[in-house]
This record gives sequence, structure tokens and C-alpha cells, in this order.
Amino acid sequence: MTADNASSSPFRLGLRRLARNRVAVLGALLIVAMSVSCLLLPLALGLDPDHTAPALRNLPPSARFWFGTDTLGRDLFARVLVGGRTSLLVGLASTAVSVLVGVSYGSIAGFYGGKVDEAMMRLVDFLYGLPYMFLVILIMLMFSETARGEMLPVFLALGLVQWLTMARIVRGQVLTLRRQEFVLAAELLGASDLRILLRHVLPNVVGVIVVYATLMVPSVIILESFLSFLGLGVALSWGQLVSDGVAVVNPIRSYWWLLVWPSAFLGVTLLSLNFVGDGLRDALDPKART
Amino acid sequence: MSEALTLGLGLALLAATAWCPPRATRVLGCLLFGLVLGVVLRFSFGPAGGALGGVVAAALAYRLLPLLVLRRVLFLVPALVLLIFATTLLMYKAPGNPFANERSTSPQVEAALRAQYGVPKNANQFFGIYMRRLLVEGTLGPSIKVQGRTVEELIAPAFPVSLSLGVLSLTLSVILGLTLGVLAGLKRNSAADYASMALALIGISLPSFVIGAGLMIVFSLWLGWLPVAGWGSYRHLLMPAVALSLPSAAVIARLSRSGIIEVMQQDFVRTARAKGLPESWVIGRHALRGAIVPVVSYLGPAAAAIMTGSFVVEVLFAIPGMGQWFVKGAINRDYSVVLGTAIVYFGLVILFNLLVDLAYAWLDPRVREDRA
Repeated sequence: MTADNASSSPFRLGLRRLARNRVAVLGALLIVAMSVSCLLLPLALGLDPDHTAPALRNLPPSARFWFGTDTLGRDLFARVLVGGRTSLLVGLASTAVSVLVGVSYGSIAGFYGGKVDEAMMRLVDFLYGLPYMFLVILIMLMFSETARGEMLPVFLALGLVQWLTMARIVRGQVLTLRRQEFVLAAELLGASDLRILLRHVLPNVVGVIVVYATLMVPSVIILESFLSFLGLGVALSWGQLVSDGVAVVNPIRSYWWLLVWPSAFLGVTLLSLNFVGDGLRDALDPKART
Repeated sequence: MSEALTLGLGLALLAATAWCPPRATRVLGCLLFGLVLGVVLRFSFGPAGGALGGVVAAALAYRLLPLLVLRRVLFLVPALVLLIFATTLLMYKAPGNPFANERSTSPQVEAALRAQYGVPKNANQFFGIYMRRLLVEGTLGPSIKVQGRTVEELIAPAFPVSLSLGVLSLTLSVILGLTLGVLAGLKRNSAADYASMALALIGISLPSFVIGAGLMIVFSLWLGWLPVAGWGSYRHLLMPAVALSLPSAAVIARLSRSGIIEVMQQDFVRTARAKGLPESWVIGRHALRGAIVPVVSYLGPAAAAIMTGSFVVEVLFAIPGMGQWFVKGAINRDYSVVLGTAIVYFGLVILFNLLVDLAYAWLDPRVREDRA
């Protein structure tokens, strides 16, 4: 890697390393394909996920219904695609919330250090050990009637319990950067704390933030599927579809397609996100590099 | 408004424990430790037993526990109280209340019910009543929705169920993850390495209820080896425990794999080899300890993850555990059931984290030196 073009920035070098990681590239391609098809295919093919047809209930996959139909005769293919929109959107938006909270919290703790840092990080350690599902369920209940079908509560509830890892990692990075000469120099020149943090410290942490944000998306999607399974979800999502599929598991008749397709889509997406995240970590996080 | 103020004050108080001097930390930590143990013991041994147990626990803690652990106690106990308060606030902020049902209740009846169950309209007052019940009377209060039962009567049969499931899952995930991770790390690109990577992939990319449903289809419906769902014998326990443990086992396998790879390159391992020690001794006595440390520090979050998963797995396998009561209580707005289950869960997690701290001090000599 030292043989690389010397004029490239570390970030660009990292991306070049990433491009050589075949699994990560495959994962990235899969995610792009998945997002594009979830967004565009239902529109392009004129699919309706809510159209019920009593005569067409529980049909196995066929040329007409690629993924079969569910217990109300709805087209599973359409439902999986539209459900994917929700899952991916929840993953992205909740991650954005938690990045916002985690980066601000972690950088303040790392920047001021000492007792402030100790007190702030104790809180994080404490929350880290809690079964956060409690808080998610309670927060979801708070919005249960006012916002039926609205997504914002989910973003907030999931984002607000996921920021801890981000806060820890950013804090560690900021803590070491804080003592470097270029920060001292900026301080000496009379730059304000906010300016130092935003202009000098945080740009050096971006790589790490990107890595852990990528790894956070799959865990948020899993949490959302838990909520859907418990009947606390707000919209049609992969989690919802999988739990519908689980609900019809019975010894007499098999409706395997109701469980297999949504699980496969969910699994492939989570797997790809993890591949990309791991690849990014290998490429961008200097500490994890061996 | 006043609630937010109380919450802020509590948080400030919590943060203030970071500034507490060692001597005061020792004394306060032991007192809180004794208090909590007294409250817990009271449920099984009555007021006298509780008080005695509390005093003994405080004295023992003063003699035996390292400062590191007492510092944690001093932080964790107020944090637990604050958590109960936050849970109360969240419940009160949720629309609806335990007395609102399909038939409209007259204001007089509702007021009478509120007085009977000790559920005033104000969250602060409810918190006061609840804490008084817990500390002075030693009860978790009556359930509002399950007529004529107290919360401890509801939780008592569910607690061992959830606990055994949780302990088994955690043990399983540690054994499975550690074995595969260490084998994978020692022999890279071997069959064990690929097996552990495959496990990690499944554990990371599928939610536990999907794994559970898959197991159910294969082992109960196709092969007919295990009962589909329910509770009773150890055979009911197997599938839920596996479904719950796979996600954590995946993380543990990863951690111990990278841990052992790192340790094997260190000087003390080379020294041990240079002394002519057999390879099994080098790994068992010297390297393994280093590989276990990152796993131990993950145990706290792992326990939390298993609890989170257990909500879902209990519902999937129809297991009569505490997770069911929590979810049911939250949906029915049964405030005392929610708080009761939450306290038990939080308490378990906190206790477990303290044990992890102790194990950490035992494994890593640098932490042990911190005795005052």
C-alpha cells in the first residue's frame, strides 16, 4: 500500500483498497441493486402491495405471481419490494439520527476530557449494558396513537438507542487527535473550541464514522423487524412480512414462500451491509488495519 | 415541566458521582449495596431477613469488594432509580391509561380506581408511591389489569423461566463462540475458520426469530424431534436457546478470533515458546487468557442483547417468561407490571455487569491493583 500514489489522501487510498476487496464490492453492488429495485420496480411494473383478491389466496410462486400470494391474496413480490423501502429507509434514517447524537456526544466528551469525559462516558457504559428494547418499546408506545402510519417515531426510537457505539468510537478518536500539534497550533492562534472541533478534529474522524454508520444500518433493520414481530411496527416492512410468514408456520400445510422470500431479502441485505462495513473498516480504520 | 427538572437533576446527581472521593465512595457504595440486597432479600425472607441480609452484605462489601466495583455500585444504584423514574415518565407520556377501556368510565369511578391502585394522574406522585411501596412495604404493587394479583406473584413463576433460558443462551453463545473463534484464529483458512465465519454470517444477518422459525420447521415439523413450542421439559428449551444465542455467539467468535491472532504475535508467547513449553501449554496457559479479555468485556452487552432477543423468542415459542409480561403490560398500560418486570430485568443486567467487572479484575492484574 505504500507503493500507492503518494499524492492521494488517506480517504482516497482507502477507497482504492476497498475496490480491491471483492466481497465488499459485491455487497455494495447488491445493496445498490436492492435499493433501486425496491424503489423503482413497484412503480415500473404497476404493482400494488395492498390489492386483495379473495380468489387468489395462498398461491405458491408462479409465472403470474413470482413470489406467490399471501393469506389475503396479495402479491408477495410487490409486498417484499415495498416492504424493502420501509426497512431500508428506517435503516438509513435511524442511523442518521444516531450518528448525529453519537458524534456530538462523543466529540464533546473526547474534546473536553477529564472529569467531563468520565461522567459522560459512565452514562454511555451504563446505557450500553441495558436491554435497549425496553426503551424502544416505551418510546414507540408514546407515539402509538398520535402517529399511526408515520415513520418518524421509529426513526427516533431506534436512533436514540443506537448512538452509544458511535459515541464511544468518536470519543476515542477525538481524545487522541486533541493532543496533536495541529490542534494545539489552532488553539494558539485563538480559534474557538467549536471551530477547532468542526474544522480540524472532526474531518479526521469522518472515515471511522462512515465505517461504523455502515455497520449500524443492519442492526437497526434487525431492531425494526423485532418491533414489527411484536406488533409494534408502523408500516409494511420486511420484518412485518417475515413475522406474517412465521405466523402461518403450521404442521398441516406449508406456505414456505411467505417466510422464505422476505427472510432471503432481509438476510441478503444485512449480509451485504456487513460485508461493505467490514470492507470499509479494513480500508479506512487505521487502528483495525493489520 | 417539573418532571423534566427532576430528570435533569437526577442526571446531574448521577454525573456527580464521578467526582466522589475514594473514601466516601467506599462507604456510600457499601451502604447502597447493602440497601439493594436488603430490599431484594425481603421478598424471600421477610423484613427481618431482609434487614439482616442487608447489614451483612454491606459489611462484607466493605471488607471484600475492590474500590473499582464499589465505584460502579455508587453509580449503578442511583442510575437504577433514575431508570425507574424515566420508565414511569415514558409510560405516563404514552396516550391512554390503565383505566380507559371500551366502556367509558365515569370520572368518579376512575378516581376511585386510581386511589385504590395508587395510580394518581401525576407521574411524580406515582413514582413517590411506587418507591415507597418498594422500599418501605417491600412489594411491587398490585397488577392493574390482572385482578387480585400482585406483580411479584405474576413474575415469580416467569422469572425462573426467563432466567434459565437467558443463562443457557449466554453459556451456549460463549462456549460456541469461544471454541470456534479460538480454533479459527489458531488455524486460519482451515475448516474451523470457515465454520466460524459461516456461523458469524448467519448470526449477524438473520434476526433471531427467523433463525427460531427455521429451527422450528426443520426440527419440529420435518424431523419431529423437538416440541414446536411451549414450556415444560429441557426439550422445550433447546431451540429457543440456540436461536437466542447465535447472534451473540457470532460476535464472540469474531472477537476471540481477532483476540487470539493478536496475542499469538506478542512477546510473552514467543518467550513461552522459547522456554520450550509444549504448544498446548503455551495456548492454554498464556494465550487463551489474552483472548478471553475482549470476550469478557463483551459479556455485558451480550446479556443485554440476549434479553432483547428473548422478548421476541418468548413470543415465537410461546414461553411463559417475563418478556411476555413486559410486552403485554406495555400494550395494556399496566404500569406496575411494566415497572416490575423492568426492575427485575435492569437489576439482573446490573448484577451481571458487576460480576463481569469482578471477573475482569481477576483476569487483568492492572485493574486489580486499584484497591484503596
